[in-house]
Amino acid sequence: MDLEYLLQLILNGLFVGSFYGLVALGYSMVYGIIKLLNFAHGDIYMLGAFSGYTLLTIGAGVIGGQASIIVLVVIMLIAMVLTGTIGLILERVAYRPLRSAPRLSVLITAVGASFALEYGIAVSFGPNPRVYPVGLGNESFTIFGARLTYAQLAMMLIAVALMVGLDQIVRRTRSGRAMRAISQDPKACLLMGINVDSVISRTFFVGSALAGAAGVMSGAYYGKIDFLMGFIIGLKAFTAAVIGGIGNLRGAVLGAIVLGLLESFGTAWLGSEWRDVFAFGFLILFLTVRPTGLLGERVTERV
Amino acid sequence: MSTDRTNRPEQPNASATNRTAPDAVDASAFVNAVDNRGDTKVALAGSGLAPGKPRKVSPVSRLISHPWFGLVIVALAVALPFIDSRAYTIRISTDALIFVMLAVGLNIVVGYCGLLDLGYAAFFAIGAYTSGVLTTTFGWPVIATIPCVVVAAVIGGLLIGGPTLRLRSDYLAIVTLGFGEIVRITANNLEFTGGPNGVFGIPDFGDFGLRADIATYWIVTVVVALAVLASARLGRGRLGRAWRFVREDEDAAEAMGIHTYKVKFAAYVTGAIFGGLAGVLFAVHQTAISPPSFNFLYSALILMAVVLGGMGSTPGVVVGAVIIALLPELLRGVENWRYFVFGVLLIVLMIFRPQGIWPHRVGETPAKVRRKPMREDDVEVVP
Repeated sequence: MDLEYLLQLILNGLFVGSFYGLVALGYSMVYGIIKLLNFAHGDIYMLGAFSGYTLLTIGAGVIGGQASIIVLVVIMLIAMVLTGTIGLILERVAYRPLRSAPRLSVLITAVGASFALEYGIAVSFGPNPRVYPVGLGNESFTIFGARLTYAQLAMMLIAVALMVGLDQIVRRTRSGRAMRAISQDPKACLLMGINVDSVISRTFFVGSALAGAAGVMSGAYYGKIDFLMGFIIGLKAFTAAVIGGIGNLRGAVLGAIVLGLLESFGTAWLGSEWRDVFAFGFLILFLTVRPTGLLGERVTERV
Repeated sequence: MSTDRTNRPEQPNASATNRTAPDAVDASAFVNAVDNRGDTKVALAGSGLAPGKPRKVSPVSRLISHPWFGLVIVALAVALPFIDSRAYTIRISTDALIFVMLAVGLNIVVGYCGLLDLGYAAFFAIGAYTSGVLTTTFGWPVIATIPCVVVAAVIGGLLIGGPTLRLRSDYLAIVTLGFGEIVRITANNLEFTGGPNGVFGIPDFGDFGLRADIATYWIVTVVVALAVLASARLGRGRLGRAWRFVREDEDAAEAMGIHTYKVKFAAYVTGAIFGGLAGVLFAVHQTAISPPSFNFLYSALILMAVVLGGMGSTPGVVVGAVIIALLPELLRGVENWRYFVFGVLLIVLMIFRPQGIWPHRVGETPAKVRRKPMREDDVEVVP
């Protein structure tokens, strides 16, 4: 295997990994705070792609055929607010009434929410895939013989910027401190006067907004969206979160990069039809060998 | 919400925090449950997701809980070809019965033991494919494939259950989801499973001088009736009680000397065998199988049947499965609306009626239910 091919595989892996990372962050945040596996998170990503699609269709006359990256960023920001709000509503309507219910009920509710979002979109947009009204340029450049388009580079930069932004929010701001505190001990937080419910809502907003951003970018990059697109990526993002150590934000990003690279190499080795099998097989293997993830601490239910 | 909280400061706060992060609190989940629900309700562990409230027994519920009621239903199912022998009726009834078997099998995993399996169709696929490949490629009779199907289903259960049952229950949900996809994609990619075309020309059990579809229907009826009976009895036995205990409170169960890992494993593998056997019936009934029959949607529909009927309640799950299986026949052409409604229904059910339409009753006869469950009264009488 020559070096250029290797580098190309690494770049592909990093690119895919940055998508997984954005989605995995939301998973990990929600899990870290209320120990809920939000199955609908992948579908929030799908909703992001669809809201971007709707915005672009409405604004197509203004923008014209070829969208610049700045227009895309603006669309992305609006879509982020939209998906964030949807995440907020989802938490309020589906999850909050079950805060004290058995875990099984909440998991089933999450499956129901995922179903409702998927088929809600299937009903309103039709079950057939939609083509994104704008394309991104195909101009590329080569570094050390590996090819990377400018669009890919821009998306990776946006993803990194969002991740750094989130990291800063969680580590530096007051509400970030509240989030970390709740993940440690929600009861004590209540005693300290933290409004737990509103912090949880905020977490859902931020996590969903990140997934929505990833949705818009993937829509613009791959050009095709459909109502089931969130299913597989939700699973992959969970895998990434587990690899990194669920509940740990830096771990989620690390896990996403690891998963992206693994997939990239796995696909080169086994062929693309085995890509998903490879990723999920790796998830099972990882849970057997190191269930706490690379950076995680404890996952068992023991008290 | 916040005004609500200031008015009644104690209850909502306690419940909100204790459940948000059970492992962040020092006390066990059992102590938390006592905190939240009051000890009289926790004492009824096994009453499941339903609050343990004694209620009036109506004549209808006395009728349907009579032991002979099930027998009457089976007799009606057996008699169906005499009442209406159109090929269409027989076909959808066979489908519904196979779905009942799946739901009853998943009920062991989800309803009894509280393990969320989102890839149950994987075992269904393993059963169908093992049987299909052995009969078509190697020319085995269908009956002879059954031991192989059981072995294959158990191996599948061991592969997935082994690593994940030791972890938090959430992990099992998503790993089984991934496993469902792995099985489907593998069947789609491999040569000997026929790739995207699947396996076709699967023989039936033999027609015994009857119309072929009616013979299959009767065999399916008998197998499914036995499966329903078996699962109901399993749920009532020692193992069944252990399952319910693990579902209600794993830590407390472990403290009481139940080997929770083994017990969960037993539930998972039993569910896998039920799924595999249902797969054999499916392969025989359809005569052709292909990967899209075993997607996540199917797993979710089986789960929906269990949740709708009432987790842990065998008659409820049977009713739920029949409803879910026959509904598409009534609502043709509105597939996507149907799934949307299912999703919303799952949420609504979990919030407002988590026990399902036909809840499981704790193993008490109606006469006992009417008695007051408070111990304090007895204490006052005795001295």
